[in-house]
Amino acid sequence: MLTLKNLSTADRKRPLFNLNADLENSKIYTILGRTGAGKTELLRTLMGLDDIAEGHLALDGQDLAKRPVRKRQMSMVYQQFINYPHFTVLKNVVFPLRRQGYSVEDAKERALAALSLVGLVGFEDRMPSELSGGQQQRVAIARAIVKKSRILLMDEPLANLDYKLREKLREEFPRLLAENGDGIILYSTTDPAEAMQLGHEMIVMHEGQILAKDAPEEIFEAPATVEVAKLISDPPVSIVDGKVAEGRIVLCETELPLPPDLVLPANGPVKVGIRPDALLVGGDTTARVVLAEFSGSDTIVHLSFDFGSAVMLIEGIHEFMPDQIISVSLDTSSLLLFSAEGKNITERRSNG
Amino acid sequence: MGRTYNIIKYLCLLAWATFVVFPFLWALSTSFKDANAVTSGARYIPWVEFEPSVQGWTSLFASGSQGINIVQPFFNSASVTLLASIVSLGLGTLAAYGLSRFSYKAGFVKNSDITFFFISQRIMPPIVLAIPFFLMLKEIQALDTIFGLVIVYVALLLPIAVWVMTDFFASIPKELDEMAMIDGCTPIGAFFRVVLPNSTAGLVVAGMFCLIFGWNDFFFAFILTFTETQLLPVAIVSLNSSVTPWWSLSAFALISVTPLALIAIVVERFMSRGSLAGAFR
Repeated sequence: MLTLKNLSTADRKRPLFNLNADLENSKIYTILGRTGAGKTELLRTLMGLDDIAEGHLALDGQDLAKRPVRKRQMSMVYQQFINYPHFTVLKNVVFPLRRQGYSVEDAKERALAALSLVGLVGFEDRMPSELSGGQQQRVAIARAIVKKSRILLMDEPLANLDYKLREKLREEFPRLLAENGDGIILYSTTDPAEAMQLGHEMIVMHEGQILAKDAPEEIFEAPATVEVAKLISDPPVSIVDGKVAEGRIVLCETELPLPPDLVLPANGPVKVGIRPDALLVGGDTTARVVLAEFSGSDTIVHLSFDFGSAVMLIEGIHEFMPDQIISVSLDTSSLLLFSAEGKNITERRSNG
Repeated sequence: MGRTYNIIKYLCLLAWATFVVFPFLWALSTSFKDANAVTSGARYIPWVEFEPSVQGWTSLFASGSQGINIVQPFFNSASVTLLASIVSLGLGTLAAYGLSRFSYKAGFVKNSDITFFFISQRIMPPIVLAIPFFLMLKEIQALDTIFGLVIVYVALLLPIAVWVMTDFFASIPKELDEMAMIDGCTPIGAFFRVVLPNSTAGLVVAGMFCLIFGWNDFFFAFILTFTETQLLPVAIVSLNSSVTPWWSLSAFALISVTPLALIAIVVERFMSRGSLAGAFR
């Protein structure tokens, strides 16, 4: 188990603040956050590349802080395709094994198996510069998994690949990551879908802090804060200011129809989270179209209401003109309520 | 249009090449002349305009009053230049790696100040350094010795090596060193196993600068040596053209420029090899 206790760093650009987490063996943890959230800094700190200012970092109870990088039993895949340019593909993968003390034959055998796993059979004698971006990243992945490290850190490994290749590798990742045995995998990404698809657990980071750590579906269903809610889907959950008054939720002039199972908080200001798929075309609320964009097979419509702006996600391709007035309705069954400070206060009565 | 452009381009290149190569051809032609051929007007083509003679070349290696003795100055120059270049490149590369990868701070002095300090050594006019160098070498009894010259040349070449290599290491992603450490190397192991093999181009450039400056230096070789340790540039200048024939002078000059020309031709191939393509995207 990898334990982070009150972990802080003193990096001037992107410090980490008071991180606490227990990461269990045989689990994949996806770290979700925007660019600049501190994901890379966290991985670099775990790896020993950046210094810890305060707090503890321990692997199976043993302090890691003073352990040099090469003795941390970790491997890492960078966002950039980092390979040794003066080695062939095979030598790239053999290199860490030789440092671990494997004989030339053993190292070669294991390296070939790893290359076969990432689909690079036949490329052994090529130089990294002779490969495409996706193939170069596969070499980096092979070099990381061949070590069978206790901890595998992957820093947005698909970020620099084109869409098709990203999809393909993402499909392959569960199989590749399973190769790491009972190790712990930390996989950082800015893509909520990737984080949910790959992780047994998800860690949501924002401004150098861990905002949430739980199973992806738990975080998706009940985001702990407004910031988490904004991060867990793409397009994001829209947050608008409202108030609870006399058993009703009012957004400016609009009164929301309430689902029967929702427990209303005490009267006062609230923030209301509207999931993008909760807005539907047709209904008695009017909205102005600000922008409509197509995303694959969906349409994302940015709407302006009298109470603020929200994003609507509709299946299929639909044409909307800027400034067009449309009528929409809100499916309140997935409504999220947050306190004025941004804490989730959504409560639902159980069926029983 | 393209054809005309090409013709003009190659004519220009040919004109420039002739301008650059002509002094060498002139020296080469003169080195094979005898007294008659040199003094009887413009004659350049051997066997056609004059009968070639190897007297100019043989006199360089002959002993006695006819001999010029190029061997000793050549050996001295080669020893001083090679030793000073190797030491400067070794120390300079390590210093440059440290400056490019680690942050140093002592009061207001930071990495950039240290780098500038190295470079500033080359900003000073050589004459400023001449007297202190002379006195220091005299103090350690290293005047007129190869050892003394090597020390001085290292001091002069080190800034060049640090400057070139600092710039070069800055272009190598530091993630490459980090990856080597993640893969089990010590920091110094990462430097020797991964960073250095990818720095061929930088090493070649820095090495060439060191060799050129070392080989061509006249000023310090002239001030800090007398008779025991004469270097090639000083030896050439000390030849008196009223005593030493032109054909011998020409042969001497050609021998003194040949090593650098040969090195340039050989290392040119390596300049493009050390590319980091495929390290990082």
